[in-house]
Amino acid sequence: MKVLRWMAGMVLAAALAWTPLAVSAQTIQLNGAGATFPYPLYSLWFEVYRSVSPDVQVNYQAIGSGGGIRQVLAGTVDFGGTDAPLSDEQLASASVPILHIPTVIGSIAVVYNLPGVGTGLKLTPEVLSAIYLGEITQWDDARLKALNPDLRLPSLPIAVVRRSDGSGTTNIFTTYLSAVSPQWAERVGSGTSVSWPVGLGGQGNAGVAGLVRQIPGAIGYVEIAYALQNQMTYAALQNQAGNFVLPSLEATSLAANAPVPEDLRVSIVNTPDPHGYPIAGFTWLLVAQEQPDPVKGKALVEMLWWALHEGQALAPELDYAPLPPNVVALAEAMIASITHQGQPLLER
Amino acid sequence: MSQEPLAATHLPLSRWGISRRQLEGRIRRRRWADRIIRGLMVASVVVVLIPLFSLLIYVGRSGIQGLDLAFFTQLPKPVGMPGGGMANAIVGSLILVGLAAAIGVPVGVMAGVFLARSTSRLADGVRFVAQVLNGVPSIVVGLAVYGLMVVPMQTYSAWAGGVALALIMIPLVTLNTEEMVRLVPRDLNEAALALGVPAWLATLRVVVRTALPGILTGIMLALARVAGETAPLLFTALNNAFWHQGLSNPIASLPVTIYNYAISPYPEWHQKAWTGALVLVAMVLITNVLARFFGRSRYDRR
Amino acid sequence: MNQPLHHPTRVVNRGDRLFRGILRLFGLVVLAIALLILVELWEVARPSVERFGLRFLIETQWDPVREQFGALPFVYGTLVSSLIAILLAVPLGLGVAFFLSEMAPRWLREPVSFLVELLAAIPSVVYGLWGLFVLVPIIRSLELAILRTGLSRVPLFSGAPYGIGMLSAGVVLAIMIVPTVAAVSREVFRAVPDSQREAALALGATRWEAMKVVFDYGRPGIVGAVVLAWGRALGETMAVNMVIGNQPIISASLFSPAHTMASVIASEFNEAVEPMHVAALAEIGLALLGLTLLLSALARLLVLRVERRSRGRQAAQGVTSP
Repeated sequence: MKVLRWMAGMVLAAALAWTPLAVSAQTIQLNGAGATFPYPLYSLWFEVYRSVSPDVQVNYQAIGSGGGIRQVLAGTVDFGGTDAPLSDEQLASASVPILHIPTVIGSIAVVYNLPGVGTGLKLTPEVLSAIYLGEITQWDDARLKALNPDLRLPSLPIAVVRRSDGSGTTNIFTTYLSAVSPQWAERVGSGTSVSWPVGLGGQGNAGVAGLVRQIPGAIGYVEIAYALQNQMTYAALQNQAGNFVLPSLEATSLAANAPVPEDLRVSIVNTPDPHGYPIAGFTWLLVAQEQPDPVKGKALVEMLWWALHEGQALAPELDYAPLPPNVVALAEAMIASITHQGQPLLER
Repeated sequence: MSQEPLAATHLPLSRWGISRRQLEGRIRRRRWADRIIRGLMVASVVVVLIPLFSLLIYVGRSGIQGLDLAFFTQLPKPVGMPGGGMANAIVGSLILVGLAAAIGVPVGVMAGVFLARSTSRLADGVRFVAQVLNGVPSIVVGLAVYGLMVVPMQTYSAWAGGVALALIMIPLVTLNTEEMVRLVPRDLNEAALALGVPAWLATLRVVVRTALPGILTGIMLALARVAGETAPLLFTALNNAFWHQGLSNPIASLPVTIYNYAISPYPEWHQKAWTGALVLVAMVLITNVLARFFGRSRYDRR
Repeated sequence: MNQPLHHPTRVVNRGDRLFRGILRLFGLVVLAIALLILVELWEVARPSVERFGLRFLIETQWDPVREQFGALPFVYGTLVSSLIAILLAVPLGLGVAFFLSEMAPRWLREPVSFLVELLAAIPSVVYGLWGLFVLVPIIRSLELAILRTGLSRVPLFSGAPYGIGMLSAGVVLAIMIVPTVAAVSREVFRAVPDSQREAALALGATRWEAMKVVFDYGRPGIVGAVVLAWGRALGETMAVNMVIGNQPIISASLFSPAHTMASVIASEFNEAVEPMHVAALAEIGLALLGLTLLLSALARLLVLRVERRSRGRQAAQGVTSP
């Protein structure tokens, strides 16, 4: 009895004692949620940013781009992350104008878990879409063998892995498949969540990578940082020009070499560049143009500005391509247009 | 069971139309069936305990490798960096459970006393609703609290998480409290009344007081249960990479952190997930054991 | 409640009335909570309910791009995974309950029942972790072995051996609900009067034959235990989410990935962008609520019936419970 009461007291006291300790500093917390595609970089950024700006703490939760869009529209987070730009319809449904601030460019690697097969399995858009449509189900399928005569492809069933949450990575991937395969465009289409013909669902880029690593014979699509950090093997894809290209910093940057519109909502899949990687995309932070809280708003624009400049230097470490100068210039103008009660928040 | 069922030799076998031999065969078969079935029952206990031991061994063995002081004192490190801990998640879980207790215990206990002391139609209704609530999947509670708290407050928060956990706790505590109060013998209450104590005071100071160990056991078991809940926190408390900033901000918790780490592809995160699981299981099991050990009601004759 | 005669009645009444009012208030809070959850789900789900109606539960398309939502694959996954769990857990749980109530020596009862109850205390996410890294590889090699025997022509065992899928989910769920089956059945067996066992044994029955008598006597209670455990399995989220593969398909194969109602809410609710998608997920939540309501009502009814029956007989025989 007494022990019970003592225990309950101790637990409560411990919890309460920690609370003021953690809140005592005058820390501004910015809450963000969304894309898992740039999460390896963001988690590094926001760790580094704590030393850049000690009174600001940026909590970014990788719940998927769909979540970034939804929660920004619902106003439950201070900023969202997405690699699928909002549709005109979604923008119109927002209560305040939403800006797309680009942060970096990434590539989606097609990863696989094939014992004895290293990086560089050759895939054409047709074969890739056939795998994801469930038409090719074995690794020793004739079409795969024809593309990879030198490889000894095992007689394993293909375990297709895809995202189960609303995902910008899925959006980029399905936009690509829709661009290269009329059959895909007609049967499945593109979006953050689609009706997959086949495939195990993983939660987030991390979940897909985790499943592919777990299951022999699995194939999946993840941001290249996830593939490299986990020493996963990934495919060389045939691009529009007919070359087989591995995802790399350079090939990603080449793909991004495209005209961008004023609002920076742009898709760069299936690049015409002869050495560009065909499944690449921008990733954005979604921010309300009119900020409800001046203190948080100020901290937010400072963080965005830092990401656009100092932050870019960290990107190549994790194989994200930094933004080209013309995009940075457009994004700077966007940050400058963020206001609180009509007053610009950025002081430069 | 008698060892010699045929000891009585004057059985009217001919009248039953079977020979002595047939009868012995039948009895032997029945004995064998008995042995086999009883063997199967022992086997089922073994089969049920295998996963338990497998789980405890894996969690213990894998978890202990990552168990160091840093795990309890440091924040998680960014993806791919070695070191770091889950201090924020451990504290976060304690705070969430504390909030759940602060909201859920008074409501649950009072509602339980109400059920035990009232014979009205309302009480029957409340009892049924509490039983139904007890069966509601926790993810559904999370879904509802998202709409009821996260959207109006315009942020995920520790408050929302605490309320979601409290909603799961309340039916557990209510039903247990009712049962415990009902176990208290009527004589105690009547003795108090006979001494001139007002009925309400008799209920509180005598009946509830007597039932208190059982009520507390129920509370502790409910706390242990909600401490391990992940699903209702996904849409309410979300998660936090750092220390929580007050209760109106997202907060980390052990279950959600374990989930995120478990499904990731990073071996060092898997390690952290196992260690987190070890800490969580230890917290939950210790609470369970203590609750059983100390809190048995004097009138609970089970 | 009796009023003490020598006390000034008015004063007592005032305190009592206040106290009862407070108690009633807290009772009402419980009702309010249930109402709030229901109303909130209904509000969010309404667009989907209005657009799809009951068709929602029998349509198989789940296509956020075309905004076509049908929940049958999730309903199917929920029912089948929980059915596998029931098929595995009920014999085991009953075995444990019989062992504990009829066979085990006294000193063994408490430790074994404590260990079995520990299974119920372990958090779902830890089961998921263990399932993903320990159970799934085991199931995968089991599936491979089955395929090698050539049984793959049977639809039940067809498909690729991912390890992740319906079978893994069913097994994890079974482990999680065994304690419920065991604990409730044990209560039911305990409620069976000793006279029943003794009568059977006195007639020369073996221990097992006496147990059959006990079983027959407690049958409604056992059904109640099964229903209660089933309700548990239906709502289980995280562990299932981590091992079932989250693919909304209807396949006859045990090896096939699948999806459940609770799991799809966990996967998609935070991230669903279109309002109709959110509404459809809330409608799944509503359906899940309805399903558990039905089951818990049924279970209570059955357990109550057996308890009342045994109480009635004991009272008639003048036997007090041990």
